[in-house]
Amino acid sequence: MEAYSAVQMDGPERSRFFSTFFRLCGNPLTLSGLIIVGILVFTAIFAPVLAPYDPQKIDTYHVLEPPCSAHLLGTDGLGRDCLSRLIYGSRISLLVGFVAVGIATFVGTVLGAIAGYYGKWVDSLIMRFVDIMLCFPTIFLIMAVIAFLEPSIWNIMIVIGLTGWMGVARLVRAEFLSLKKRDFVLAARISGASDLQIVFSEILPNAIAPILVSATLGVGGAILTESALSFLGIGVQPPTPSWGNMLTEGKDNLEIAWWLSVFPGLAILITVLGYNLLGEGLRDFFDPRKKG
Amino acid sequence: MLRIHQRSFLSVAFLFVSLLVCTKAFGKAPSRQMPAYGDAIVVGSIGDASTLIPMLATDATSHEIAGLIYNGLVKYDKDLNLVGDLAKSWEIKQGGKEIIFHLRKGVRWQDGVEFTSKDVLFGFKTITNPKTPTAYAGDFMEVEKAQAPDPYTFRVIYKEPFAPALSSWGDIVVLPEHLLKGKDITKSPLARHPVGLGPYKFRLWKTQERIELDANPDYFDGRPYLDRYIMRIIPDPATMFMELKAGGLDWMGLSPVQYKRQTDTPFFRKNFRKYKYLSFSYTYLGYNLRHPLFKDKRVRQAISYAIDKEEIIRGVLLGLGVVATGPYKPDAWFYNPNVRRYPYDPQKAKALLAQCGWKDTDGDGILDKDGRPFSFTVLTNQGNSLRDKTAQIIQYRLKQVGIEMKIRQLEWTAFINDFIDKRRFEAVILGWTLGQDPDIYDIWHSSKTGPKQLNFIGYKNKEVDRLLVMGRRTFDRKRRKKIYFKIQEILAEDQPYTFLYVPMSLPIIHARFRGIKPAPAGISYNFIRWWVPKNEQKYILP
Amino acid sequence: MGLFLFLLKRIMGLVPTFFGITLISFLVMHLAPGEPMSLQANFNPKMTPEMRQRLRAQYGLDKPLYVQYAKWLKGLVHLDLGRSFSPDRRKVWDKIKERLPVTILINVLSMALILVISIPLGVKAAVRQNSLFDQVTTVLVFLAYAAPAFWLALLLMLFFGIELNLLPVSGLHSLMGYEQMGALEKIWDWTRHLILPVFVSAIGGLAGFSRYTRSSMLEVLRQDYITTARAKGLPERAVIYRHALRNALLPLITILGLSIPGLIGGSVIFESIFAIPGVGQLMWSAVMARDYPVLMGNLVIVSILTLLGNLLADIGYAAVDPRIRTGIQSEE
Repeated sequence: MEAYSAVQMDGPERSRFFSTFFRLCGNPLTLSGLIIVGILVFTAIFAPVLAPYDPQKIDTYHVLEPPCSAHLLGTDGLGRDCLSRLIYGSRISLLVGFVAVGIATFVGTVLGAIAGYYGKWVDSLIMRFVDIMLCFPTIFLIMAVIAFLEPSIWNIMIVIGLTGWMGVARLVRAEFLSLKKRDFVLAARISGASDLQIVFSEILPNAIAPILVSATLGVGGAILTESALSFLGIGVQPPTPSWGNMLTEGKDNLEIAWWLSVFPGLAILITVLGYNLLGEGLRDFFDPRKKG
Repeated sequence: MLRIHQRSFLSVAFLFVSLLVCTKAFGKAPSRQMPAYGDAIVVGSIGDASTLIPMLATDATSHEIAGLIYNGLVKYDKDLNLVGDLAKSWEIKQGGKEIIFHLRKGVRWQDGVEFTSKDVLFGFKTITNPKTPTAYAGDFMEVEKAQAPDPYTFRVIYKEPFAPALSSWGDIVVLPEHLLKGKDITKSPLARHPVGLGPYKFRLWKTQERIELDANPDYFDGRPYLDRYIMRIIPDPATMFMELKAGGLDWMGLSPVQYKRQTDTPFFRKNFRKYKYLSFSYTYLGYNLRHPLFKDKRVRQAISYAIDKEEIIRGVLLGLGVVATGPYKPDAWFYNPNVRRYPYDPQKAKALLAQCGWKDTDGDGILDKDGRPFSFTVLTNQGNSLRDKTAQIIQYRLKQVGIEMKIRQLEWTAFINDFIDKRRFEAVILGWTLGQDPDIYDIWHSSKTGPKQLNFIGYKNKEVDRLLVMGRRTFDRKRRKKIYFKIQEILAEDQPYTFLYVPMSLPIIHARFRGIKPAPAGISYNFIRWWVPKNEQKYILP
Repeated sequence: MGLFLFLLKRIMGLVPTFFGITLISFLVMHLAPGEPMSLQANFNPKMTPEMRQRLRAQYGLDKPLYVQYAKWLKGLVHLDLGRSFSPDRRKVWDKIKERLPVTILINVLSMALILVISIPLGVKAAVRQNSLFDQVTTVLVFLAYAAPAFWLALLLMLFFGIELNLLPVSGLHSLMGYEQMGALEKIWDWTRHLILPVFVSAIGGLAGFSRYTRSSMLEVLRQDYITTARAKGLPERAVIYRHALRNALLPLITILGLSIPGLIGGSVIFESIFAIPGVGQLMWSAVMARDYPVLMGNLVIVSILTLLGNLLADIGYAAVDPRIRTGIQSEE
């Protein structure tokens, strides 16, 4: 099996990076995903510059005003500027997505690597644990933990992360199972490399592609989970604006203040779409079988 | 009955304990027609009932349903006067220590058995039985002995004169002895299939879906006009409002935004009537008085000056509420309008804080004293959007006088258990629901600061203690009024809470219902006299 | 080894998983702060510490955790899930029993809807890889996935329920006159009420399944036997639907089994939006009230359903692929 030869290519790192990048952009869907994610990251970084108002500024004389020239996306129930809140909300959504997925990826990679590399009873034990976690209705676990503790943004990210690592673990384990028998790993072992060295410098770099794909897809999922938690009242708490809690605030006033929920809804929709398109693009790109 | 309430709007529950200044918002005067029998009313509720045995229930929905099935010895009429219900009359003797109730004859439980004084005695024994998990035993603990000398007489003797005594003999305490005697009340089938003697009979209860009641044709006070009462449980407020619009509901409580903005259309004007009146509750910012930050009353006064209560009412309630100045609502007979007030005045707030040594010495925008910044966390419960918005406005205003207030929302059970009960809080935003009697002993008396008790902020004032006890022992309304006026003056000066607002109840009811007469007691006191003209009846029951 | 032995082995394998689930749930629940709602009786001033202690004893909360767990397990073995902590003190199983059918019904329907839409979509996208059709459906299914469920539900409700007045807004069936309806009318009434909930709970799953079908199909289409079939001159339709699809759907069975917890989890959202009295709502209110017995009962039911789903998937797999039951299991 010629898995992931693309990443094993020799040659100068830099040119590889650029050629990869340009080939990625060849697919219009992947490109649009990349652009969406790019815009999001840009917005999050430059939120203070982009936002026309302080997102926390309350003005009870101008509550629920429809979009106008002063407030391009209208105002919310406390007279705060929706556009500014949407812009700052991108930071939270990005943070939740990245940190939650980061945790899931880290835990999944470590456990998957251990299971795949050592095999035998270690593998059975970890995989049994994965099975247990997979049979769990994770949303209940998330709900229970957050409702019992406190819906702080950190708790939310940690819990989403800790309930989302199983897929990564399975993936990494499968990679390790196949990679550890490959010639270059055997060669490293014969030359006296330690387990750690083999795992980190030989196997892991070759398993990076599927991890990256699953992480990209995971970000969208985490953003959606946050919005579902907001609906239940245990998402990121106001006054911190997150798209999830803005959407939830807006839902009760759907008919008279459509702008309250339509814009955050679209923001979530487009962002999640962007991550998925990018992830799928990466998956197709890394798929070894595509090239004959 | 004293309860902290968790959510206020969108649950019609409140109507049953609500109050005064009813104004009909729109709709033409009802025409002179003879009331007709028939039709059904569909009511929306956010939460399901938990149990239909009134003394075991702690939630508003359960009480609302149970209130239609059970009756008490006494009840409040439309002007909030105590009148007889199952009791025809009563005598008060020994300076208030003894009450003798004379019961109606010929009243029957819905299974045909006659109601007698034994049922009251049984209810009393059950509620005071320590094994009964009830939240309402308090008032009955003051009773020294209760007797049923004959089937139509019930006699209670109190240890000491107890002013709220009479009002406590409401629908919570009357139970059918013949169905419950010798049985464990917590496992009784009556919890889900109640047998009462009220205007409505239990029909069915589909958990988390709906509860249906049928008119009781043998009701002692006359058969209700509406044949059926249906409560639909719709957990999401947005869905509930759409259901109202789609014709699936006849009666729900509106949020301020829905009242002001969403129901002001020709469609609603034609098909619905809206009502508004002050609810029997208030919302406050309470301080943990054991905390060094809040020991000095000038600090508390400063915070009260720094909060623009009018702004909260404008922004959060859209004007549908009034400023609270103390622990009562403005239209109660014991409300004292001439207490110290705290209009929005950030300069005064800053000056008061400066007097106490709070100054911004390091220029970070937050006041500090002895190197410690003025920063605290306010706790509030999740899922109450009005309280949540209130907290955000307060946070915004306090920041402008240099106080950093963090908001932490907690899920209700954790909030009560781990923070309120264990006193692990600096400040809270909460609300109280109050009964018709001015007695507030449990909330403000210094003996009630112990663990799990209601004076959780730790308020101690000797004068208030004395007055609270006196208020409980005094029957004369004029003298009681004086006592509670004085209590309000002291509380206003001390500001153990910053009293925020009294919100309004905003029910909306389909226009086909006639006979709704807003009164000080709200609208639902005469529910059994509501009716629909024959030609407008929507649901024809077989 | 026969099929029977294989099954037995699988079932034995599920037992530790099952107990693992109950143990983790039990620990998470009991170690978290907060106490059951009914113990608080909403700030009851007369609730003395002694009385609380007695209530705790009544509920068994005063014992060490392992004793509580053992007691719970003992009940479970006797198929007794205990009584709810809520004021009605009903049996947990009674509470779940009355809500389970509707949740299962909606989930089965939405699963069916997902499969009916996503398999043809996936196949077509694979056959015409990178065509306009492929690209458009990719974007569409991802859009469907990316829409927050409760938001979509409300928009649909507003549009179909209020603006067009075509469908009921919420609930399971009509309130009045339902009892007088004939069987057919009743079915129609239910159908009208279920269209939106089923659609909303299905739409998020389209992306996963159609993409999975697509990639699985692509994989199969590259295999030699497909080339052979084509070389034999079989019509393309036959090649795809008779030879390729069958094999491509095999891995899908596993995914089906694993998607059960996610589906039931999603029930919390749409059940509360559409006011449907199902297990999801029961679970959520139990979380909020710290009703441990009900929570545990629910988790048991959901995990049994999931494990059953996995088992059925295994059986389905074994039935079509004899290599598995003979034990020549290739590593994943």
